[in-house]
Amino acid sequence: MKVSYFPGCTLKNKAVMLDEYARRSAEALGVTLEEIENWQCCGGVFTTSKDEVATKLSSVRALKDAALKGQPLVTVCSACHNVIKQTNYAMLTDPEFASKVNRYMAEEPYNGETQVLHYLELLRDTVGFDAVKEKVVNSLKGKKIAAYYGCLLLRPAGVMQMDDPENPRIMEDLIRALGAEPVVFANRNECCGGYVTVESPALAARKSADVADNAKAAGADMIITACPLCRYNLIKNGSELPVVYFTELLAEALGVKEDTNE
Amino acid sequence: MNNKEKLLKEEILRMSGVNPVKCMRCGKCSGTCPAYDEMEYHPHQFVSMVESGDIEPLLESKSLYRCLTCFACVDRCPRNVEPAKLVEAVRLLAVRKQGANHLKPEDVAAVLDDDTPQQLLVSAFRKYAK
Repeated sequence: MKVSYFPGCTLKNKAVMLDEYARRSAEALGVTLEEIENWQCCGGVFTTSKDEVATKLSSVRALKDAALKGQPLVTVCSACHNVIKQTNYAMLTDPEFASKVNRYMAEEPYNGETQVLHYLELLRDTVGFDAVKEKVVNSLKGKKIAAYYGCLLLRPAGVMQMDDPENPRIMEDLIRALGAEPVVFANRNECCGGYVTVESPALAARKSADVADNAKAAGADMIITACPLCRYNLIKNGSELPVVYFTELLAEALGVKEDTNE
Repeated sequence: MNNKEKLLKEEILRMSGVNPVKCMRCGKCSGTCPAYDEMEYHPHQFVSMVESGDIEPLLESKSLYRCLTCFACVDRCPRNVEPAKLVEAVRLLAVRKQGANHLKPEDVAAVLDDDTPQQLLVSAFRKYAK
């Protein structure tokens, strides 16, 4: 099957392997990620104010592109997913906002028709973790892996509608499907410090250290994430555990980590 | 509340869609806030101060730039007050003023390293500048 795909700015630069492993793994699972033409940066964070219209147009254009193709819109980056899903929810539930946005849209209006999926939701709900498990060629048996959700994947839960925001399991279930052992730790859904690392490096350092130390104390060998900023903050602030993208583990288990197309 | 405070309050409520009267003062938003230690005014104070029209001190406060937009206060509020949306509206009113950008392009060089993800810079500019 084919789905529309929004990679985002960071996946074209500092997190290029997050993107590459996602594409290869999807192909191995029978899904083609069709990159939207001329997509524009989502802006990194959703602006909740109702009078912010221009900052949400790039997301709406991506959503509309997917709607015209009749495809769900898939993202891998936690931030893009959060921004685009919240924007779509606003288009669907706030007619006044949608009316303002549609004045910028050529031809027919868009009103929140597109289904927005994080890559993890694609794996769980479209492919199915059982099907993922069947395609595993290098089992990750013996690895103890801490899934770090942070804030962007889960909250606000009423809009993200992806998992229980206080007791999520989607990444733990993926870890199990790949043959490894998930390690649940208390700080897995707490913030890493995010963009405040620019404003107050000390605050971000404390938040990131809390997460990394907590994962280590829980007995994990490594931390996985879907967010380039979480990964950056955790590593920069001295995580003793390796912090890797979940798509890297997936690609490793599916046997597509090495590029065979060259 | 004088007329200026009243207009400011109305604008913030309109931008945020928040109804501060729903707050029952349990303090859970501030209890769960990861930036609590670095805030002069905490999430529960944003709710009560906007409600009473005491908004000028919030507009001047560094607390605006400590909020992580992590939505912990939003999801954990038993009354669905959504304090982060108030912080966002007040912050926007502050940075929308002429020359009031809290982060400027010339500030960026000092925080860059070889691994800085683009996501960090676009997020910071979206929150701190107009």
